[in-house]
Amino acid sequence: MRKLSSLGIHLFLIIASVISLFPFVWMLIGMTNSSSDIVKGKFSFGSMLQSNIAKLLDMTSLGAAFGNSALIAIVGTVGTLILSSMAGYGFEIYRSKGKDRLFGLLMLSMMMPFAAVMIPLFRMFSNIGLLNTPTAVILPSITTAFMIFFFMQNTKSFPRELLQAGRVDGLGEWRLFARVYVPTMKPTYAAAAIITFMNYWNSFLWPLIALQTQDKKTLPLIVSSLASSYNPDYGIIMVAIVVTTLPTVLIFFLLQKQFVQGMLGSVK
Amino acid sequence: MGSKWNKSSLMGWQFVLLPSALILLFSFYPMVQSLLLSFQSGKGTVYQYVGLANYVRLFSDPMFKQAVLNTVLYLVVQVPIMLMLGLVIAYFLNMPKLRFKGFYRTAIFLPCVTSLVSYAVLFKSIFAVDGVLNRMLMSIHLIQEPVAWLMDPVWARVVIIAAITWRWTGYNMIFYLSAMQNIDPSVYEAASIDGASKTRQFFSITVPMLKPIILFTAIISTNGTLQLFDEVVNITNGGPGNSTMTISQYIYNLSFVYTPNFGYAATVSYAIVVMVAVLALLQLKVGGEKQ
Repeated sequence: MRKLSSLGIHLFLIIASVISLFPFVWMLIGMTNSSSDIVKGKFSFGSMLQSNIAKLLDMTSLGAAFGNSALIAIVGTVGTLILSSMAGYGFEIYRSKGKDRLFGLLMLSMMMPFAAVMIPLFRMFSNIGLLNTPTAVILPSITTAFMIFFFMQNTKSFPRELLQAGRVDGLGEWRLFARVYVPTMKPTYAAAAIITFMNYWNSFLWPLIALQTQDKKTLPLIVSSLASSYNPDYGIIMVAIVVTTLPTVLIFFLLQKQFVQGMLGSVK
Repeated sequence: MGSKWNKSSLMGWQFVLLPSALILLFSFYPMVQSLLLSFQSGKGTVYQYVGLANYVRLFSDPMFKQAVLNTVLYLVVQVPIMLMLGLVIAYFLNMPKLRFKGFYRTAIFLPCVTSLVSYAVLFKSIFAVDGVLNRMLMSIHLIQEPVAWLMDPVWARVVIIAAITWRWTGYNMIFYLSAMQNIDPSVYEAASIDGASKTRQFFSITVPMLKPIILFTAIISTNGTLQLFDEVVNITNGGPGNSTMTISQYIYNLSFVYTPNFGYAATVSYAIVVMVAVLALLQLKVGGEKQ
């Protein structure tokens, strides 16, 4: 009886895993087939990989899009880490009634749907002439209430004695932050970096509005516009999808532990 | 002592000032602008106050009703399915003697790292009329002829729901798994000795102990579903005949696809604000009462 239910559980988990992995296999197979074979549902590797890559490079400025995505994701992540950790540190270490109130107010922004702010944001960036620049994509999410909350939660377990020791050694408050807090919290920074990088790398709606010319577009915009064209070439699209997905999958496998911890850190 | 505290508090403000100002500038300021905009109407750069005209239009707008209906449908069907599935998978993966759990966990979590656009386009190709899914289903004789998944209003919605479930179940599972690992195993041992079956243990121990986390995931999933955009745009583009269109897509269309009408778009966006607020309060209340 026990064996039977364990078999059932394995069967269930195997089916779930197959469904989870199927689209990944499908995109790897698709990358090597022609568009007509993909549309016909051919489920075996083909010989079109090179020509698909060549056509993709020919049709789109993939290199530029990769560069734009990387620039936005890297600069955005560094900025987010600096600003959000500063705030998380400030809110938790120097507690006061006023700061608690401000923190509560900032948390409300987590509930605000992006659709409700996108038009004013669009007009704001258009007015200051920053539309169609990476800056416009990076700025609105450079500090998020979620990341401040994340750093604040993790700061709760930061040993305060280290600060006392630093003060005795005559370090100023900013230096304490940079020389004592930042190095101690490396794992928290790693987790936050992964989550933030993925958010920037995968974002679609705001870049779709903020970036207008072809040379500024990011990878998700390229994938979307290829797929929505009148006669989409799925062979090319599959290559573009693999290029878009590969960096985040690699990061996931390299830093799986921090990534999962990072997700969990926010609910502890 | 007093002056030292004040100094320290002042230092704290230095750390929080710039980040807080950025959130006020890029979240709260646009929220207020949006509210003001929702009482205006116009084209191009000429806008004038029209009072509640946009709100009156909202209640008689069939497209808006359709978008709300679709969004609510995704919400009430998809979120419970996904959370239940995530909970059951996490429960299985938390069994001490289960083998291969590392593999299962990685496989089921992997969809969470894909971009919404990429997976949406993948789903679009998988569910094509003569696509791979129809071919597979026909080869095992589950269906006689290809199903036009994305051309049928009902099936198109099913595909959207399946897609979101594929992408986010693992995400919720991770939260549940971590919470389950914090439950003392002796609780289960005691229940086993008392003769409680595994199913009974799941409903009488696991679910009640996880209530705060379930509430947390319910709120973030609700929030996410109300803002659904990327998937619908890239799988069906709202079709066939607006049957899959969400509120976010409607706002986008009103602003950038149809003749731009930022005023009315802002009004529609405030409908989401109200829905998010009401649902969050409701969920907090329901979650809070039962504890």
